[in-house]
Amino acid sequence: MAEIIFIHHSGEKSVVEASDGMSVMNAAVDNGVAGIDADCGGECSCATCHVLVDEGWLSKVGSISTQEENMLDLNPDRQSNSRLSCQIAVTDELDGIVINLPEFQY
Amino acid sequence: MSETTMTEERITDPYSIPLDGDFHVARGSLFQDNVHEAWFERLRTEAPVHYCENSEFGAYWSVSKYEDIMFVDKNHDLFSSEPAITIMDMQEDFPLPMFIAMDQPKHDVQRATVSPAVQPVNLAKMEGLIRERIGTILDGLPIGEEFDWVDRVSIELTTQMLATLFDFPFEERRKLTRWSDVATSSPGDNTVESEDARRAELYECVEYFTRLWHERVGKPGTDLISMLANAESTKDLVNNPAEYLGNLILLIVGGNDTTRNSISGGVLALNQFPAEYDKLRQDHSLIRTLVPEIIRWQTPLTHMRRVATQDTEVGGKLIKKGDKVVMWYVSGNRDETVIDRPKELVIDRKKPREHLSFGFGIHRCMGNRLAEMQLRVTWEEIMKRFEFVEVVGEPVRTLHTLIKGYTELPVVLHSKK
Ligand code: HEM
Ligand code: FES
Repeated sequence: MAEIIFIHHSGEKSVVEASDGMSVMNAAVDNGVAGIDADCGGECSCATCHVLVDEGWLSKVGSISTQEENMLDLNPDRQSNSRLSCQIAVTDELDGIVINLPEFQY
Repeated sequence: MSETTMTEERITDPYSIPLDGDFHVARGSLFQDNVHEAWFERLRTEAPVHYCENSEFGAYWSVSKYEDIMFVDKNHDLFSSEPAITIMDMQEDFPLPMFIAMDQPKHDVQRATVSPAVQPVNLAKMEGLIRERIGTILDGLPIGEEFDWVDRVSIELTTQMLATLFDFPFEERRKLTRWSDVATSSPGDNTVESEDARRAELYECVEYFTRLWHERVGKPGTDLISMLANAESTKDLVNNPAEYLGNLILLIVGGNDTTRNSISGGVLALNQFPAEYDKLRQDHSLIRTLVPEIIRWQTPLTHMRRVATQDTEVGGKLIKKGDKVVMWYVSGNRDETVIDRPKELVIDRKKPREHLSFGFGIHRCMGNRLAEMQLRVTWEEIMKRFEFVEVVGEPVRTLHTLIKGYTELPVVLHSKK
């Protein structure tokens, strides 16, 4: 179990409980957190689950696969802390993680 | 766009012939006669990955189920987009370089140069003008009198939206539609006389846009040309006319027939599912989910094609290196194992964007947010004005293996009480 803190572009916060094995994308979508579209349903092939991981947590969210790299690259708004949330698996280690949501999904 | 296979024999019932190597679904007539659904249903249940040995396009694989299509689309290293992304092979000796038909790494570099122009932040800036122009078109329509929705609304609207996007001289906007048709035509069809004629018109296009470019250098604007002319990554694009033209044509063609047919398709679908139209009348906020649902239901592009770069198994079949592979989005979007009640228009689906119409993976439609914005604004303005856009006759459908659309849709408008 991990508590995930989503910070919307407006500054508002949504806090959700997520269980191990699910993705950060699922944690948002299943709990009705707006701002993540996830058009492809977690197949790493739409890039509409884009999030900005709080810098302090970057080392804990795993590495970026080639496929994720390809999809992230399509986004003109990509930042150094950009990730696709369907590719981040929830673990106990992520308890308290802060995830920033972009203004738009592209 | 043109279709060359005008004189084929029209078999309409897929169960009247054996499902063998001659079973050939890439026929414009199936879409024009609106009988294609049963053909793909048969493929999905009996041969989800099927090899057609004989056709005017040569042999090709048909991939017809949602999951298999997703697999092909996302594995761009196994399935190449070169040299072409439709089942038809390019014949002309003046091919335009477009990143839609390029593999990595060239694709990524080129897409990255133009994609900021259609980023959501920029779209938001264009929305006001697009809304105003849509309003003007709708206000000019007759009430209670039959007219053709395709001509008066869908084509006019799409053309005006393209003009807005490029900030193209408004009175000359039909040039854009013309160039779109010319670029996708081949000699001898009804659009151009010869390859030379085609080339001449495309030169005219690039000259025109080169002039616009030079007028806009140093003057930041939100239109596509100003953005390209003033961005660090693209400021030299104008010096490579073939590439400039390729990118322009891709944007013009990509957003032309697809958006046009979605505008017509939405009207037809809401007429076929009147209970959904009622839901919409009661709650205009459903336009947000209506729009992606229209795009799924219509599936403006029936397919995209790839070429296998190595032997690969898909759905239990061995696809050989060099084989042509066709992903039938029009079939995946009716796959009942993934989409609930796929034949119906359901305007409040939980996951309305779960559809294949824009493709997936690195070639996923670059204009998808733009297309949705245009349709959303269109429907917001329609719902403000009219109680009912009533379809009063049979639509005439496009004869084409790629473009699924309408050439005529007779309607009568009923104003709000
Ligand atoms: C409802 C309307 C639309 C539909 C159904 C649609 C469909 C598609 C599809 C299926 C692809 C994927 C091609 C592939 O995988 O090989 C694509 C790519 C593309 N579309 Fe759209 N499109 C639409 C509107 C637009 C608009 C308005 C634009 C204008 C900006 C546009 C520009 C593009 C471009 C540039 C690509 C190439 C992307 C790449 O190869 O990376 N499209 N579109
Ligand atoms: S949900 Fe599509 S890439 Fe993450």
